[in-house]
Amino acid sequence: MNAPSPSPVAAKAATPKSKSAGSEAPWRRVVRDFSRSRIAVAALVVLVAIILAAIFAPLIAPQNPYDLRSLNIMDSRLAPGEAGFTGATYWLGTDGQGRDMFSAILYGLRISLGVGLIACSAALAIGLSAGLAAAYFGGRTDTLVMRLVDLHLSFPPILVALILLAVLGRGVDKIILALIVVQWATFARVARATALSERDREYVEAAETLGLGRGRILFGHLLPNCLPPLMVLFTVEIASAIALEATLSFLGVGLSATQPSLGLLIANGFQFVLSGQYWISVFPGIALLILIVCINLVGDHLRDVLNPRNIR
Amino acid sequence: MTLLRVEDLATHFFTDAGVVKSVDGVSFSVARGEVLSVVGESGSGKSVTGLSILGLIDEPGRIVSGSIHFGGMDLAGMAPDELRAIRGKRIAMIFQDPMMTLNPVLKIESQMIETILAHRSMGRREAWNLCRDALGRVGIPSPDERMAGYPHQFSGGMRQRVAIAIALLNEPELIIADEPTTALDVTIQAQILHLMQTIVEERGMGVIWITHDLSVVAGFADRVVVMYAGEVVEEGAVDDIIADPRHPYTRGLIGSVPSRNLPGTRLVQIPGSAPPPLNRGSACRFQPRCSFAIETCGVHPPLDLIEGRSVRCWRAAEIRQKAEASA
Repeated sequence: MNAPSPSPVAAKAATPKSKSAGSEAPWRRVVRDFSRSRIAVAALVVLVAIILAAIFAPLIAPQNPYDLRSLNIMDSRLAPGEAGFTGATYWLGTDGQGRDMFSAILYGLRISLGVGLIACSAALAIGLSAGLAAAYFGGRTDTLVMRLVDLHLSFPPILVALILLAVLGRGVDKIILALIVVQWATFARVARATALSERDREYVEAAETLGLGRGRILFGHLLPNCLPPLMVLFTVEIASAIALEATLSFLGVGLSATQPSLGLLIANGFQFVLSGQYWISVFPGIALLILIVCINLVGDHLRDVLNPRNIR
Repeated sequence: MTLLRVEDLATHFFTDAGVVKSVDGVSFSVARGEVLSVVGESGSGKSVTGLSILGLIDEPGRIVSGSIHFGGMDLAGMAPDELRAIRGKRIAMIFQDPMMTLNPVLKIESQMIETILAHRSMGRREAWNLCRDALGRVGIPSPDERMAGYPHQFSGGMRQRVAIAIALLNEPELIIADEPTTALDVTIQAQILHLMQTIVEERGMGVIWITHDLSVVAGFADRVVVMYAGEVVEEGAVDDIIADPRHPYTRGLIGSVPSRNLPGTRLVQIPGSAPPPLNRGSACRFQPRCSFAIETCGVHPPLDLIEGRSVRCWRAAEIRQKAEASA
């Protein structure tokens, strides 16, 4: 690899950018492989745009949809492109309360993404610890954790979430809690499966012969080797968390009506769809669709790139 | 001076199919500065012996009896935490496949530094310097740059050098090497052997070199323990064993090395295969494969001291005479 080689295989393997192939970090290879797929890169770009739009929603949105004083009931249910009472143009129309749909979607994305991200991160942390512990310690720990997981996964997630929210009530914190409860088991199962196959690898035994502590082996050696499949699962689970949150809001148990998420916006417009006022439901629906498709595309391609069988 | 003394060690695995007596009453000792080679075929219990010394036998296996004396302690009956303090510090291990024993996602430097910090308290910077020097000493060129590398950027021989460097980091008194050259090319094998030889001469540590290849240890080991079906069948100085093997199994092992046969003649092989580990019967364990077997061999022979050599064979003396007569 050190001398410039005319062989096409070597030329393909070494990118022109890498100065010395000998010091290439694994993540750099991931970035390089990932950028080979145009669809994945496009999805990533859209996703980043959506995330940025959600983060900077207060700066971009023409209206604060959560501030009831800024809403004008005279502007309710305006068609896309119509000018409102005050003269402002609503490019995506307005909903029943006179909310600008564009602003509402931006703020809705904010909630959806935030809820999905926080819930999934917490579920990942819990599931990963539980799964790793189950795999490494085995025996009773394994039985206890995995039977709990089995029990958990035997209930439909929507049912668990519905019951929880019925007991807890509405609110962002409550829906995050419900999503964590629903999702940790999936992470635990995958983490355990990965860790089980990694645990028998010789580097773990080698680490044991070096006299390293259990925590060190568990978190320093096993965990980094178990991450790739979990990162993929993480992206996919964010998408499903967002979808589940939208479903719950649509069913009316998620967030409060004054802070509509995408699901609630769809639900609000549902009653008007048949009377031709499609925009209240359809635009948030499209936003949700694009968001979930992009996350899944990125996650899918990440899986291909991180799959150890595809390396070299 | 004896560094490690294994006495009557028995490690059994309690599987659903029955008890597998992988190691069944093995005794040997290693002195400071001595290289002891444990030779045997696959399944003879040599690796399990090595792992037993380090207390790394996993369920359903267990050390059922015997003792492992090391530095005034009995490792066989030690608490896991006390054992961990010894592993990697006073006894280190080198494995067969250097592709597998280094963690693929961690840099060499972090794997080395944590080995030091697990047993000694010092600054990271200081530890890093020690590790860099250790890499240099095992013959890795430009160690400063290689420290930041990942295992996949090293060749097999280089990785084994890194593994050896890691094993030597805490200056252990005993190194257990489990077929460390088996996965390597012959030329690399020679390099690694030479490296180990130099290290042992320099530092005077004890080495247990587990292998199935007598020719590898011929010029390196001081003494050889030949294992067969979980027990020691012959023990002695390496030159004696190679020049004058007493046990029929050892004779077979040496006879099957190609260089000792004349060109054109067929290679000698030991007929049959090792007895099933679940039921080894009460006869001599080598009897079914032995060309010297007689009626007496239906009784399990003890490890007898014959002319300064331990041999587990009823006919060891006769076989010796026969060999002399034919010579």
